[in-house]
Amino acid sequence: MNAGIDVPQIQRFGALYIAAARLKSMSKWRTIIAAVDVGNPLFYLIAVGIGIGVLVEQGSGTSGTNGIKYIAFIAPALLANTAITGIMDETVFPTIEGFKWRKLFFAQNSTPITGRQIALGVYLAALCRAIFSVSIYYILLLAFDVVNFGISFLLMPIAVLGGGAFGALMLFAAAKIEKEDQFFNILGRLVIMPMFLFSGTFFPLSSMPIYLQPIGWISPLWHATELGREAAFDYGISSTMLLIHLTFLITMLVTGLKLATRQFETRLAK
Amino acid sequence: MSNPLISVGGLTKVFGDFTAVNGIDFDVAKGESFGLLGPNGAGKSTTMRILAATSTRTSGTVEILDKDPEQFGPLVRAHLGVVPQQDNLDGELTVTENLYIYGRYFGLSKKFIKGKIEELLEFAQLEEKRDVKVEALSGGMKRRLTIARGLVSEPDILLLDEPTTGLDPQARHILWDRLFRLKEQGVTLVLTTHFMDEAEQLCDRLVVMDNGAIMAEGSPSGLIKQYSSKEVLEVRFGSDRNKEVAPQLSQMCERMETLPDRVLMYTEDGEALLEEITKIKLHPTTSLVRRSSLEDVFLRLTGRTLIE
Repeated sequence: MNAGIDVPQIQRFGALYIAAARLKSMSKWRTIIAAVDVGNPLFYLIAVGIGIGVLVEQGSGTSGTNGIKYIAFIAPALLANTAITGIMDETVFPTIEGFKWRKLFFAQNSTPITGRQIALGVYLAALCRAIFSVSIYYILLLAFDVVNFGISFLLMPIAVLGGGAFGALMLFAAAKIEKEDQFFNILGRLVIMPMFLFSGTFFPLSSMPIYLQPIGWISPLWHATELGREAAFDYGISSTMLLIHLTFLITMLVTGLKLATRQFETRLAK
Repeated sequence: MSNPLISVGGLTKVFGDFTAVNGIDFDVAKGESFGLLGPNGAGKSTTMRILAATSTRTSGTVEILDKDPEQFGPLVRAHLGVVPQQDNLDGELTVTENLYIYGRYFGLSKKFIKGKIEELLEFAQLEEKRDVKVEALSGGMKRRLTIARGLVSEPDILLLDEPTTGLDPQARHILWDRLFRLKEQGVTLVLTTHFMDEAEQLCDRLVVMDNGAIMAEGSPSGLIKQYSSKEVLEVRFGSDRNKEVAPQLSQMCERMETLPDRVLMYTEDGEALLEEITKIKLHPTTSLVRRSSLEDVFLRLTGRTLIE
């Protein structure tokens, strides 16, 4: 063994080594990532801000959105959704690749690195991706005059928290599944799409029939969106509800990570 | 064995209702080159994953450098170099990036790894491919890179699971040469293989495994001496006639195996035996006299060939 190997140090920083490796792999895709992270918000801001927004405001003014411009009303949701999809890309694909396609995790686990550290490393790198995507989106929101510079910067950590909560569960799910084809179908059609549509994204959750509202209650997107609206626009949400939103997201994040780290350990030790 | 590096006792691994490894015992000494020889599904890879301190065992004891790998996984793995059956390199990264990242997983300094990479590129004969993406390498090059990667931490023990499976003969010989050099440098090698020539080339000592159990243990030459004759006469009479003439042939040698395509006759003098066969007017379509190999040992022990 080389004398420079310091096992206690690896036990402290192993997750960071994995995150660094993940960021290196991601950097190979930097052009595509940047194009998506700039293009996606641009399309939304133009289509919704100029197109749909005008139509909505012609119909009912801003009475349905507590006096906020329509584009501003949906901005916190778009931001949180960006964090969610960014983190999902960087947890689901690397995890399936790591366990199945290229078995990179088994290589990492044949060093002093543990399964738990691999899970946390992948997660940390995914958070970095989300922070990057959300920052670009926020800059564009400022540029399009959708939000004002100031307290609205809180939209960014809130969006990342929403993405982080969902991403932790995705990390677990991707480590758990054996057949990824079905997983992608279910995830895309039955999780991502309904969550995006029914989380109070485009209209307040309360305007939906009560039997559809539970979709929002369990959706990290709704909780992050409500927190964001309050932070950016003083939307009039009670402090009890704010606490509930925050608790929900943190609980989801912590539970997801606990399940994920355990599942990584179990699957690697088979 | 005084103070072995690896000590395995009654090792068993059960998956559901399938027993992959069934109570095996062996020790490996420092500097030794030790092999697990057996057909696919014999339990070799499962054993290797347990030795690599990644997979858990169902029962039995394992000690690597006096530590239980299940309790001290990271500590044990710090001493190991692992070459898995499938090259799990990162295809999107270059040759040097793969080595660098792997070195970082051991917490090694950038400076040390950079120097080490030069040494390993030379060892793996990949100097000219240093900045090439791994997915563009040939099978033999990937294999050599995986071995080089396993050496980045200067391990005390190198574990190789089927090091040359899937490679063409030339690539295999290059690889054997590299492994032989490591052996000369005193690196302890543990390898699995289902190629008897590989086991004969590389192993000081080996165990023959079948169905999760150890059938025999010894040096390649010792095993051949113990379980086979000096020479083997291989004769072919055509697939239908092999069985027909078998009873007649069996009385002429110490032992005989009738395979679908040929008959193996075990004897001390192959040429003399062939002459006798010709004398009684049994004319084989082809014949070959060779020395006994580990393949014959395996056939004797299990009644089956290594590669089926």
